[in-house]
Amino acid sequence: MRRLAHALLLFLLVLGYNGSQAAGNPVLRMATTTSTENSGLLKALLPAFTQRTGIEVQVLAVGTGQALRLGQNGDVDVVLVHAPPAEKKFVAAGYGINRRAVMYNDFVIVGPADDPAGIAKAKDAADALARIAAGRQTFVSRGDDSGTHKKERRLWKKAGVQPGGDWYREAGQGMGKVIQIAGELHAYTLSDRGTWIAYRDKSPLHIDFQGDAALYNPYGVIAVNPERFPDINYFAAMEFIAWLTAPEGQRLITDYQIAGQTLFTPMAIKTLASSGHH
Amino acid sequence: MESLSDASRRAFELLLSGNAELWGIIGISFSVSLRAIAIATPPALLLAFVLVYTRFPGRRLMLSVFNTLMAVPAVVVGLSLYLLLSRSGPLGDLRLLFTQTAMVIGQIVLSFPILVAMGHSAMAAADQRLWETALTLGAGRTRAMLTLLHEVRYGLLIAILAGFGRIIAEIGTSMMVGGNILHHTRNIPTAIALETSKGAFAQGIALGMVLLLLAFALNMLLSVFQQHEAPAT
Repeated sequence: MRRLAHALLLFLLVLGYNGSQAAGNPVLRMATTTSTENSGLLKALLPAFTQRTGIEVQVLAVGTGQALRLGQNGDVDVVLVHAPPAEKKFVAAGYGINRRAVMYNDFVIVGPADDPAGIAKAKDAADALARIAAGRQTFVSRGDDSGTHKKERRLWKKAGVQPGGDWYREAGQGMGKVIQIAGELHAYTLSDRGTWIAYRDKSPLHIDFQGDAALYNPYGVIAVNPERFPDINYFAAMEFIAWLTAPEGQRLITDYQIAGQTLFTPMAIKTLASSGHH
Repeated sequence: MESLSDASRRAFELLLSGNAELWGIIGISFSVSLRAIAIATPPALLLAFVLVYTRFPGRRLMLSVFNTLMAVPAVVVGLSLYLLLSRSGPLGDLRLLFTQTAMVIGQIVLSFPILVAMGHSAMAAADQRLWETALTLGAGRTRAMLTLLHEVRYGLLIAILAGFGRIIAEIGTSMMVGGNILHHTRNIPTAIALETSKGAFAQGIALGMVLLLLAFALNMLLSVFQQHEAPAT
């Protein structure tokens, strides 16, 4: 028994020392949205950036609201988000600098294949939501102050509907999880197209409404203001922004496809968008 | 969506094929939790000893507090630490938020009350004359304390295993102060949450199996130690 106790202790010590992290490469900490992570885009982008610059990127995948909050508190060096009004406020308040447009995709309203609310016939996105509310069809909201949630709330406002009641479910989870929940509940939800394409094969849902200009979904990258937090990794943040908006980063964005479909269209260099398939 | 049996089969394949990402996550879990328990154990058991063998005002209150803290939700610990460690918080200059160190701190906070409370009952159950006998036989206080600790070693090991069992499986503080960063702070529980949200169930099940196996092994150890403990008391 004593031997076992000693072995246990030794095991404890050995593994305990194992954990010390190898220091060396500079680390860039980025807060981004669940959509860039869940869609797999970051896995296509970040290794190339690390290889080029030697900068390791640590990713915190949260909602846009929380990502901006992390930047405001100085807990990350750079944010990659999708809520232009909130981004502009973030910069205007002095929390961030050097905001650049990176890429865009669009939102789609996914729902049951039989489309019980009949939103396929809606004249615009707000009308589609109004039909869901009128039919009291279950709608799953992100409910997490993410960019998608902000967009959804703007659309409800435009539709003149104050969502609430048993049909309106606030999940408080990331995009992928919400697509799953909506699938299980036979419900509608608003998703960015990138995450939707990444989840399409695992979901019983279909795109029931798309194509309205109001569903435009641009992504921006912002460096956290080094004047507020002098010890953040400002240079790595600027290097990342430069790389992401330069031909190398923009081309990788265009080239990232699932099942032959491009998920995000680059914005910083517009000519790359059309020459995507090569 | 794949069936449970398909996902389980793929989970086994992932584990057995030595999938680097998967085993890296398992390594982080163990490394963080073992460091936490190794740091927390000595002061916690010393405190438990003091609580058994000294009398001072507030001693009973302190015991009740530790007993209560055993049940404190991990997310509450996570939130408090988050606010302390955030760059705009009072300890922000340490730059600890979203590091393994922050996770270790959180798990120390979680396991400490368990170690104190369970260590206390193990030591209190020992024959109180042992301490005095050791002293009269000429042992110094430190020596006498070590004798006592050795006497109740199985009870103490049970306390340590229980503390370890709690922190290896907890997700609340790890997610909040670790941030679930791949290769750095993604441990078994946060990875399971993420993989489930991505619909990658095989990965989640594989990690879940590791936790289940671990729980089983810990319980086996516990029962072995408890058998040793029983005749002593």
